[in-house]
Amino acid sequence: MYNFDVVKPTRIADAVKELSDSTESQPLGGGQTLIPTLKQRLASPDKLVSLSGIDEMRGICTGEDGSICVGGATNHATVAAEAGGYPALAATAAHIGDPAVRNRGTIGGSLANNDPSACYPAAALGSGATIKTNTREIAADDYFQGMFATALDEGEIITEVRFPVPEKANYQKFVQPASRFALVGVFVSKYADGVRVAITGASNDGVFRWTEAEAALSSNFSADAIDGLSLSGDDMISDLHGTGEYRAHLCAVMTKRAVAAAA
Amino acid sequence: MAQVSMTVNGKAASGEVEGRTLLSSFLRDQLMLTGTHVGCDTSQCGACVVHVDGQAVKSCTMLAVEAEGADVATIEGQANADGSLNVIQQAFQDHHGLQCGFCTPGMVMSAAALLKDNPKPTETEVREYLEGNICRCTGYHNIVKAIMAASGQDVSAIAAE
Repeated sequence: MYNFDVVKPTRIADAVKELSDSTESQPLGGGQTLIPTLKQRLASPDKLVSLSGIDEMRGICTGEDGSICVGGATNHATVAAEAGGYPALAATAAHIGDPAVRNRGTIGGSLANNDPSACYPAAALGSGATIKTNTREIAADDYFQGMFATALDEGEIITEVRFPVPEKANYQKFVQPASRFALVGVFVSKYADGVRVAITGASNDGVFRWTEAEAALSSNFSADAIDGLSLSGDDMISDLHGTGEYRAHLCAVMTKRAVAAAA
Repeated sequence: MAQVSMTVNGKAASGEVEGRTLLSSFLRDQLMLTGTHVGCDTSQCGACVVHVDGQAVKSCTMLAVEAEGADVATIEGQANADGSLNVIQQAFQDHHGLQCGFCTPGMVMSAAALLKDNPKPTETEVREYLEGNICRCTGYHNIVKAIMAASGQDVSAIAAE
């Protein structure tokens, strides 16, 4: 790792100022991806702005409209334990990485990184969540912009993520056992106005919505509704763990399982 | 360089660190607490697991400055006050939960974190909790058995496969 300074502000405004003071600064969430990245010298910030000391960015609450609001610096273990108002979200958080990783990694860090195989992007897109930053609110549909790419500007911090609670939802993760990321993960949610299906781990463009499955499930919310639907493996991730074709097949299988398990 | 202060195994500890200094490096190289092992240095193996404010974390994937003011527990602080092995450590010995011993500090610290939150885990819960702790010797069976025994459960039915 190249060396860097670390600052630990206690207010969002101070963190924003620290980030704007230097073009080579970077926010530090739980560091479960960033620190390994720095070790490999894939990034070389001169300053890390730790978000772990900002109390107003931690914790879970229920909004006036019943939505679940998760502070951007809330770790996965807390979401797993305390997001009982949205059980599928809590269950998703409970299976990210391993217990020690869940005690450090944060929802804001995961969504800002937008790893193409991470779990939270599927939960956020699959729930139609709102990503709240220090300057604005971004709909999940506008937020995810490809592998490791998001709508965030330089120095913009995710302060909160708001999840509308569906009637039913479930996340099915086909685990890549070495990395504990999703080889393919499918988040299905059923709202009064329709069904959302978000898939992570499969596409070269990162998390995406499977709109054909959404249409089929919106008129018939059962695993059978997926019969006959398929995705092309042409633009899917192909590596030693699985071909694009294999991942495309898994998308349908995991979608069916998620529908069958949705509660 | 920054000054960092924390409590380690109940005692005040402080030192000068760089921003990039990992908690594992601070513990091992400055406090000379080399019981915390660094196996992979890529957040995979769990040999470096310590507790920070009661939570199991991989100390190779946390900056020392992030532990400022924290209560840190390492394997060196696990034995009983008279120096005898604690219940988990003794169970690892009794049930052959280690061979080379390299992963053991992390295994014991993870086990302690699990049993604090879940005093009577099922075998499945133990195995799931150890997902982030890799052992290349034992095949895990005796580690799981040791943790089940440390939780006070009957392990006579858990046979090594």
